[in-house]
Amino acid sequence: MTEVQPSKEVAEYTEVHRHPEPKSFLWKYIFSVDHKVIGIQYMLLAVVAVFVGMALSLLVRLRLVCPECSYPLLGTFFPVGAPEGVMTPEFYLAMLTMHGTVMVFMVLTTAPQGGFGNYFLPIQIGAADMAFPRLNMLSFWTTFVSFLLLMAAFVVEGGAPMSGWTGYPPLSALPEATVQGIGQDLWLASIAVFCIASLLGALNFIVTTLDLRAKGLTMMRMPLTCWTWFVTAILGLLAFGVLLAAGVLLLMDRNVGTSFFVPAGLVVSDKVIDHSGGSPILWQHLFWFFGHPEVYIAILPGMGVTSHVLSTFARKTVFGYRAMVYAIAAIGGLGFVVWGHHMFVSGMSPYSAFVFSVLTMCIGVPSAIKTFNWIGTMWGGKIRFTSPMLYSIGFVSLFVSGGLSGIFLGQPTVDLYFHDTYFVVAHFHLIMGVAAIFGMFAGMTFWFPKMFGRMMNEPLSKIHFWITFVGVYAIFGPMHYLGMLPHPRRYAEITGVDYLAANGAAELQMFVTVAAVLTVLAQFIFLYNFVKSIFAGKECREENPWEATTLEWAIPSPPPHDNFAGKVPHVYRGAYDFSLKGAKRDFAMQCNDDKAVFGEPATQASGD
Amino acid sequence: MSDGHAATMAAPTWQGGGTPLAVGHKKLGMWLFIISDSLTFSALLLAYSYVRVANDWPTPFHFFPSIVFSTIMTLVLLTSSLTMVYAVSAAHHGARRKAVKWIWATAFFGSLFVVLHGYEWLHLMHDEGMYPWANEYGTPLFGGTFFLITGLHMFHVITGVAYLGIVALGYRRGKWLPEDVEVAGLYWHFVDLVWMFVFPLIYLLSTSVD
Repeated sequence: MTEVQPSKEVAEYTEVHRHPEPKSFLWKYIFSVDHKVIGIQYMLLAVVAVFVGMALSLLVRLRLVCPECSYPLLGTFFPVGAPEGVMTPEFYLAMLTMHGTVMVFMVLTTAPQGGFGNYFLPIQIGAADMAFPRLNMLSFWTTFVSFLLLMAAFVVEGGAPMSGWTGYPPLSALPEATVQGIGQDLWLASIAVFCIASLLGALNFIVTTLDLRAKGLTMMRMPLTCWTWFVTAILGLLAFGVLLAAGVLLLMDRNVGTSFFVPAGLVVSDKVIDHSGGSPILWQHLFWFFGHPEVYIAILPGMGVTSHVLSTFARKTVFGYRAMVYAIAAIGGLGFVVWGHHMFVSGMSPYSAFVFSVLTMCIGVPSAIKTFNWIGTMWGGKIRFTSPMLYSIGFVSLFVSGGLSGIFLGQPTVDLYFHDTYFVVAHFHLIMGVAAIFGMFAGMTFWFPKMFGRMMNEPLSKIHFWITFVGVYAIFGPMHYLGMLPHPRRYAEITGVDYLAANGAAELQMFVTVAAVLTVLAQFIFLYNFVKSIFAGKECREENPWEATTLEWAIPSPPPHDNFAGKVPHVYRGAYDFSLKGAKRDFAMQCNDDKAVFGEPATQASGD
Repeated sequence: MSDGHAATMAAPTWQGGGTPLAVGHKKLGMWLFIISDSLTFSALLLAYSYVRVANDWPTPFHFFPSIVFSTIMTLVLLTSSLTMVYAVSAAHHGARRKAVKWIWATAFFGSLFVVLHGYEWLHLMHDEGMYPWANEYGTPLFGGTFFLITGLHMFHVITGVAYLGIVALGYRRGKWLPEDVEVAGLYWHFVDLVWMFVFPLIYLLSTSVD
């Protein structure tokens, strides 16, 4: 068959399933198939999760600086983990594990992609909805079930798992190895369900991006946000399937009695366990084959938002748009061949480590291209220092700071020293945690008027930005020094170590904890601003308050149910046409043709 | 400049307003699902290879009955792929009743495969004492990998049979299109293809050569 034209059937088939606007509360807000509602559902889930995650991190910090302290209420909620309010070391590990899991899966994976991507990908490409609206709803509610399963781990007997967010066996594989019971199983079930939800979501994003672009919107005219959501979806599609397999294997080890990850001859509680033949390293390979792309799943959408916002508020086109696209793709591709750099201390052959190290260094190239282009975009621009712009500049700063320590950790010889220290904690929090969160702050403040038809309070956002920006450096900056001492990570308490005492480790830990408490408190400014602005923010019915160029700014705020009211837009130009010579305004929207931008041809000629 | 109000589905295009790969959403979605699912199976097969190399691996299966029986299973599954091809072809020629019959035939062979497979599992457990956690041949991982990988495949076949049933009913009532039959066919052939990796890696490589 050589026909290039799809049959009539296919044509009917590829029509977007237009769904009527639902009337009842249940179908409009709960089981909605509207990508905008689903996007907000994801965002709200992430907001709940991020406050849970922050509370857990505070418990971790408090246990570190005062092991003996008794905290009110803690003993009531966790009589086993914190008898009379004093946290046990096991409780510390459980909080650490849950902090990592909640943050990585329920915040960093859901909000940038499921939240912002769901809401704005279809609008930015000129579509009425995602390609599979029902599947979209299913993805969200599956994610929600996964979240509930994870939260259930807190309340079951034995409490939450304590094997880290990486769930390393044999600790995670042997019920007899820890006091915990079903908590680890719930954790695994949660992750497995999350994998399925993410797979379905990723598939939906890819089909949407490929098939539903408006006429004239070539791939190379897409906003960089869409590119990052697209590449993130590809990463999710390829990575989560492997984690799913690993999770099933570990669940079998725990519940069926197989020995995939458990070697022979392990002695637990003075008893030789009845397993043989497995290898904990196998889990590490499978986990990190997912785990490293996961880092980019968290950070890429933040990069997209940053590029988008920097260009809009510097009133300049993105410097090196094509290079940015290639860099996004290169980061995504290289992300699949560097998982071994998480395993340098696992006893890996130095030859393998060398290969993983070289590939890891290669990621520095596209990362540097992106950073250079962000600065190039701002260079010489008429910068408007709005709050989204501040958050985006903060993103660049955090990305560079976190990236620099990555160059150290990518060397096997240096990593052997740093691997189990706070240096690594500082590195990954800055680059994948806080930077990605700043991307979300930028996205939220930038798109808030579009989503809710109101503005967030600018002064409050700016106050929040400065406290948080200084706060995160105050938290994670000193951790580099702690790591160099070296102060080991994951320990609930360390006493009687001379070099730590002589170098003021305890004082620094106290400083970090105080900074963490203050920074967490500052997040309530943002929460207050966010909630209050939804209901009582300054009204902004203007379509395009930021004078931006992409399609979401060409429709009313908030957008109607079917986005473009049945009129499919036509795209005439790239996503970042700012400060055009001879144009009537200093920007051109993607849906403006030359006549709308330059007026009559005569005017255009005189402009040169 | 034309405003292109006639936004019809023209030739495949990357310019927007069309499907660049000239296939429907569902078909593209199924291909993406297959890519993702094949990574799940790859991870398991790689894990299998890993523990196989790391252990003294037993080869307890004999030509008769193990290989003969699993060959019959393979033939049953391959036959189901053939009937699926006929179903898709009939659907595209508009022969609705014929297509539905072929889909049911596919579901029948799929179910037969599951029954044979289940019989084999029970035989291995009851007569040979082989379980996911232990067996009499050697490393417990022999049984673990066997039941896990064939079990996940069997789960795919069972899901596939249910899926085929839904497609057959929906297509007969005119609710679903020939394209849906083809998309179901993609899934079915994929499940078959996975077996073509499982069969040599799990069965043939575990056969003693005597």
